[in-house]
Amino acid sequence: MATQDVTEDVSPGRASFLYDPRIRSLFVQIVVVLLLILGVWWIVDNTLENLRRSNISTGFDFLKGRSGFDISDQLIAYSSNSTYGRALVVGIANTLMVAVTGIIAATIIGFLVGIGRLSNNWLIRKIATVYVEIFRNIPPLLVILFWYQGVLALLPNVRGSYVLPFGSYLNSRGFYLPSPVWGEGAWLVLAGLAIGVALSYFVARRAKARQAATGQQFPVFLTSVALILGMPLLGFFLAGMPLTFDLPQKGAFNLNGGLNIKPEFLSLFLALSFYTASFIAEIVRAGILGVSRGQTEAAAALGLSSSQSLRMVVIPQAMRIVIPPLTSQYLNLTKNSSLAVAIGYPDLYAVGGTILNQTGQAIEVVVVFMVVYLTISLLTSLLMNWFNAKMALNER
Amino acid sequence: MKGASMAATPGSIVHSPNKIRTLRRDKRVVVMKTVIKMLVGAGVLAASAATASAATLDDVKAKGFLQCGVNTGLAGFSAPDNKGEWTGLDADFCRAVAAAVFGDGTKVKFTGLSAKDRFTALQSGEIDMLSRNTTWTINRDTALGFNFAGVTYYDGQGFMINSKKLEGITSVMQLSGASICVQAGTTTELNLADYFRANNMEYNPVVFEKFEEANAAYDSGRCDAYTTDQSGLYGVRLQMASPDDHVVLPEIISKEPLGPAVRQGDDQWLDVVKWTYFALLNAEEAGVTQANVEEMKNSANPDIKRMLGTEAETKIGTDLGLTNDWVVNIIKATGNYGEIFERNVGSGSPLKIARGVNALWTKGGLQYGMPIR
Ligand SMILES: N[C@@H](CCC(=O)N[C@@H](CS)C(=O)NCC(=O)O)C(=O)O
Repeated sequence: MATQDVTEDVSPGRASFLYDPRIRSLFVQIVVVLLLILGVWWIVDNTLENLRRSNISTGFDFLKGRSGFDISDQLIAYSSNSTYGRALVVGIANTLMVAVTGIIAATIIGFLVGIGRLSNNWLIRKIATVYVEIFRNIPPLLVILFWYQGVLALLPNVRGSYVLPFGSYLNSRGFYLPSPVWGEGAWLVLAGLAIGVALSYFVARRAKARQAATGQQFPVFLTSVALILGMPLLGFFLAGMPLTFDLPQKGAFNLNGGLNIKPEFLSLFLALSFYTASFIAEIVRAGILGVSRGQTEAAAALGLSSSQSLRMVVIPQAMRIVIPPLTSQYLNLTKNSSLAVAIGYPDLYAVGGTILNQTGQAIEVVVVFMVVYLTISLLTSLLMNWFNAKMALNER
Repeated sequence: MKGASMAATPGSIVHSPNKIRTLRRDKRVVVMKTVIKMLVGAGVLAASAATASAATLDDVKAKGFLQCGVNTGLAGFSAPDNKGEWTGLDADFCRAVAAAVFGDGTKVKFTGLSAKDRFTALQSGEIDMLSRNTTWTINRDTALGFNFAGVTYYDGQGFMINSKKLEGITSVMQLSGASICVQAGTTTELNLADYFRANNMEYNPVVFEKFEEANAAYDSGRCDAYTTDQSGLYGVRLQMASPDDHVVLPEIISKEPLGPAVRQGDDQWLDVVKWTYFALLNAEEAGVTQANVEEMKNSANPDIKRMLGTEAETKIGTDLGLTNDWVVNIIKATGNYGEIFERNVGSGSPLKIARGVNALWTKGGLQYGMPIR
């Protein structure tokens, strides 16, 4: 409206197309898009031409070739006879492994420290503050190297391994744990778990309905824990305890058997969790502070205990402030996992780099990097947006 | 990554719906930024591929210096000394080529490259030539789009262990089950996999991108053994906390002909690099050294006259795109092949590697310079 007035002011009568803001903006947008397409086309064409001239083939056929190299951590079966494509999948799985475990650990540490920063206890508050200030201000690469070269490398060698309970060991080659070997009938345990989860869901719903109707409370949490632990246990005994353990044993050079968590993974995992947790702690603190005092006071006036008020009044409201920036931190952690390359953990970036080196398919490998990291990030965002929508205010 | 952590600076969070919307937008910005960053990366590759023009010799002359890709710090081959000067056999080969082109061996700029990055650097035109203990393989010669100009050092892959930590190990065959440190993007990594598979032995690879990281991990005991080219092992050994504890096992499990590489599709530049190499060998064979090259110019020997460009009406140098005194310039800058060898890896160096197969063919070795005629 306002613009129309202005045009009328300046030039009485019909404004020319040139001055119609809508047409002008449309025109500019079309030109920009055309330029962009032209630019992209130029880059692609130029690249293809240059690759052809340097006799480098293009396309994704190379993914079917034999990789020829070994990878230390493999969540799926892989050997040097596998294809480049499979090597990439191994790398993606390793990236996801460290990202998912890192996100879980960072969230737990972050929430604890964040709440700790608001504690009434002077010591806890100070420790939490020092933690945040230290980890937030050190580049993640240094934190990774600190764990790798400063902590894990100083552990004793295999012969001098620390002997831990349950047949576990700790030495400079990492953590060695007994790995479970499931026997016949193990599915009953899984079935028990599924039943346990389903039952607790049911119990929780019933308890809520009952509380709404009669005001009577039911110990939902304890019941759920009992169900979720008890049902698989029941299945376990019904199946005749189908579980043995593969214990780590001393070999010529390393401990053999069992589950080996290598120092490369450990240091990356610890560094990413500790580093990201310092940011999460600040987000959590800000989230809690963002809930107005009136809410806590009202909760107290209603007779809720301070832990009840934290659990039922403050945290749900704080979550709404916390989740969006939390998502950024999850994305950061995932992307920072590519620092793995500094300590030889075979994540997507490290494995992809080796493939790039061997095949010379730089552009294709970079495209794979982009697509994978983008997909992981978008999925994380989607999940968190869904969670955010669930936590959003239910206006009544 | 920086942008992302900024976007989530917790201090800025206030409980207001507006702010939440901004934060959500920030998150989208984070994703966008990643995409853009990666696009730019690919774009650089694409655009720089454009600069890798066919006439490298003209480009180098126009630039006024040779951009040479070398190792990041392997003693004997290319490593910066305490004055920041690059020394080593590979570095000297770069100087020899610069001397051939410019008549001045100092007109080189060095780019230190990890094993993994070296090929992209050459493909993209970031460097004019790669002289970085690189093994001549068919894959690199064809699929990667390079040409090798010769073999400046015949090598083979070996293993090194700490004899203090592993007493009684005298053969690679005893290494089944060991953790082995190796550098990513090398033939070493591939030979290792094949060798252990062929011999039905297990091993845990611990693969590092950077040389120092691999060395540090091996020294700290993360690995039982370290594997690379034998020449490299001697260099690595010198960098260990106590070099005398480390022994190189006798097995050589591969052929590693190391030599300079250039991009395919530029025959003239390949000729320049190739004939610089042959000139170094022929000079050694004819007894032309850094010290005597000036007086050798007056030699009556027709081979030497032809090589040093003192033959009447000679066109050899100009046909190559250089000046007729190109060999004189090379030898003045670096000495002949034997001198380069002894100074950097041989008796005049801490490595003390014997000439062995790298002796001239006239002395029972494999080094054979094609005739300058
Ligand atoms: N000759 C092998 C291996 C060359 C190589 O990169 N060796 C390592 C280990 S000695 C090295 O030189 N690293 C030094 C660096 O990355 O700067 C090849 O061409 O793939």
